[in-house]
Amino acid sequence: MSEKKLLEQNASPIQKRHMGLKATRALSNTAIYALLVAISVIWLIPFACILLQSFRVESTWQVGYVIPQQWGFDNYVNLFKTDFPRWYTNTFTAALVTAVLQTIIVLCMSYTLSRFRFKLRKPLMRFMLILGMFPGMLTMIILYRVLKDLGLTQANAVPGLILVYIASSGMGYYVSKGFFDTIPKSLDEAARVDGATRFQVLKKIILPLSKPIVIYTILTAFMGPWGDYVFAQYISFGTSSGMNVAVGLYRWLNKDQIAASYTMFCAGGVLVAIPVTVLFMCLQKYYVEGVTGGAVKG
Amino acid sequence: MKKYSDLEYLKLSKGQKLLYKITSFFCAIPQKIAGLFVALWNLILKGYNIVKNEAVDIWTTFVQGDWKTKVSFLVMGFGNIARGQILRGLLFLLFEVVFIGYMILAGGYWLSMLPSLGKVGPTEEYDFVLDAYYTVYNDNSFKILLYGVLTIFFIIGFVYTWRVNVRQNKLAEKILKSGKKLKSGKDDLRSMVDDKFHATLLSLPLTGILIFTVMPIVFMILVAFTNYDGAHDGYYSNLFTWVGWDNFNTMLNWNVAKGGGSVQSYAATFGEVLSWTLMWAFFATFTNYFLGMFVAMAINKKGIKLKKLWRTVLVLTIAIPQFISLLYVSKMFAKNGIVNGFLMSMGWISEALPFWEDPTWARITVILINIWIGIPHLMLITTGILMNIPADLYESARIDGANPWQQYTKITLPYMLFVTGPYLLTSFTGNMNNFNVIYLLTGGAPTNPAASSAAGTVGYTDLLITWLFKITQGAESQYYLASVVGILVFVVVALISLVVYNVLPSIKNEEDFQ
Repeated sequence: MSEKKLLEQNASPIQKRHMGLKATRALSNTAIYALLVAISVIWLIPFACILLQSFRVESTWQVGYVIPQQWGFDNYVNLFKTDFPRWYTNTFTAALVTAVLQTIIVLCMSYTLSRFRFKLRKPLMRFMLILGMFPGMLTMIILYRVLKDLGLTQANAVPGLILVYIASSGMGYYVSKGFFDTIPKSLDEAARVDGATRFQVLKKIILPLSKPIVIYTILTAFMGPWGDYVFAQYISFGTSSGMNVAVGLYRWLNKDQIAASYTMFCAGGVLVAIPVTVLFMCLQKYYVEGVTGGAVKG
Repeated sequence: MKKYSDLEYLKLSKGQKLLYKITSFFCAIPQKIAGLFVALWNLILKGYNIVKNEAVDIWTTFVQGDWKTKVSFLVMGFGNIARGQILRGLLFLLFEVVFIGYMILAGGYWLSMLPSLGKVGPTEEYDFVLDAYYTVYNDNSFKILLYGVLTIFFIIGFVYTWRVNVRQNKLAEKILKSGKKLKSGKDDLRSMVDDKFHATLLSLPLTGILIFTVMPIVFMILVAFTNYDGAHDGYYSNLFTWVGWDNFNTMLNWNVAKGGGSVQSYAATFGEVLSWTLMWAFFATFTNYFLGMFVAMAINKKGIKLKKLWRTVLVLTIAIPQFISLLYVSKMFAKNGIVNGFLMSMGWISEALPFWEDPTWARITVILINIWIGIPHLMLITTGILMNIPADLYESARIDGANPWQQYTKITLPYMLFVTGPYLLTSFTGNMNNFNVIYLLTGGAPTNPAASSAAGTVGYTDLLITWLFKITQGAESQYYLASVVGILVFVVVALISLVVYNVLPSIKNEEDFQ
């Protein structure tokens, strides 16, 4: 009898169980690794495909294979012969302006609802909850007519779009309110006792502590318009120069255009995705904080 | 039905407990409805009392007030100015002047036109000089409705301001009588950044919400009672006018198939779309919830390395705009797309799979792709909560010999459901209105031929929200139907939220038992 076997025979039940646990843990960890690798592959395949197909030169329509037979930058070059640069600047302007203004509005709203106790606070929050149950798209029908009368649609869609994006953004206060709720109120009170006005409390005490939520708000406010389809579709109303990238690229996949512009769509998609992905990855930490902190408190 | 005491309840078996809960829920419904009516009656009483008290207060203010107060009833802000609060008084006065000017110049006209929404549509006139007919545009129903609503808002605002003006006079008299000083304009300005700071902060967001959300919603609710569509746009083609409850009757009528040889009644189409919407919301919410939790637990498990890498890979789908990823994935599953191409080249299938052509295939594919979109979000959300579960709970469970599945069902799941209950509700209603996933993936396809001629084209994967969008597109643009659908969406969402909110506390109570 070998020494090892002897050891196993003499091992106490607890030790035996420990060995068994170790084996199962190793086994289950391997299974989990396999699963995670599979998930990663599934999650990455579409993005890998879109990247590869954007370099395909031999044909512009949909094909059943992924790896191009001929590589080249033709699709990217062709992009700049279309309205794509215009759409890109439209989207970028709208997203940038919206990010700034929406952040200010959302922070005003959430800070107030988190910090102040006034008579209409509860009714106001309930009212906005009910308001949020209406499909937002419904309002676009009238907003389109009104903006059209003001001359802010079609070719001039960008200012109109910005107006639509920021106007109701106060309703999205939930996440940042959840964050402000976690900052101890005693800080405010101490400052108030020392004679600071409410405004000074906000400027000198709360804002410096709120960096994560400010960044989170800016990030989401930027990404919203960057990928918006519905509102942009209404307001540009078929006028190419007023479109954003989503509406423009969507049209390339129409039945009559897809054969000529499928690979161009891929190239455009890559160009649209890169900046926002880089931005997101850099600020990922704050996004995760916002989502985990705010979403659950509702 | 027999009511159990707490002790008796605890003795029941699991099935009996569930049965008991379900029956007691349904037995409580009549009671709840009765309660609703009582609450409604109380609300009416309360409203009546408020109005009565206000009227009495206004009357006593007038009778007991000095002459400055009495003049203020007509000339707003007069009392403020006479007592030295120039800034406030001027603002009141300015508001009154603007209001009266507006009502005389425009508001009166819009209000008077509101009941008819315009009398004269566009007419053809003959031009003698050019010897040709040209169109003259007259009334504008759209503007009448819009400005009519705005005018009503304005009147309500004015009445409220007038009331504030009266109350301020009363207060000012009281303060002066007690020998104190009134606030000066400088004090007012200071209080804007101090004790009235909340009003300053809220003014901008609330104005936006009022103009761009409340007003349009009121407008669209009203549109549901008109015949506003592409052929009656209220100015260029024809005027539109009030039609009462007709649109609701059309939408909710099972028998009549209106609108030129349609195969199915509107109600049947609506019912089909609604049931798929609910089905979709259910699957989309819960598949994502459980699979997302599962992935989060897998990544969090002790001994798993490269946690950050796995998370980053998943988070990529959040970063990349949905219209790119979803549109691309939708094309991947097309008949001549990569997925079919791959499966065929491997020799696993001989014919392309009908991912988007067959109703059932399309519905399942949509739910599966939604998992791809949704898991990363849920993974992020649940990771944070999972880490908050006290580790000693698991430790003691392990010592008692619980296997991982038992640990999951007895510790993890109850805890998660407890914390994420409200989130599940919002994500359910959010999924009901998940325009992006459906519209960008399928656009509602495959088309439902039976429903196709009733209110636009309806497909098997259309949600109410995408249907609504499609109704408003194109030349027909039946805006009135879109508003009806929108209102019905609101009703459904509100009902679900109401029921769930009432059930949620019971879930919490159960938590206390365990």
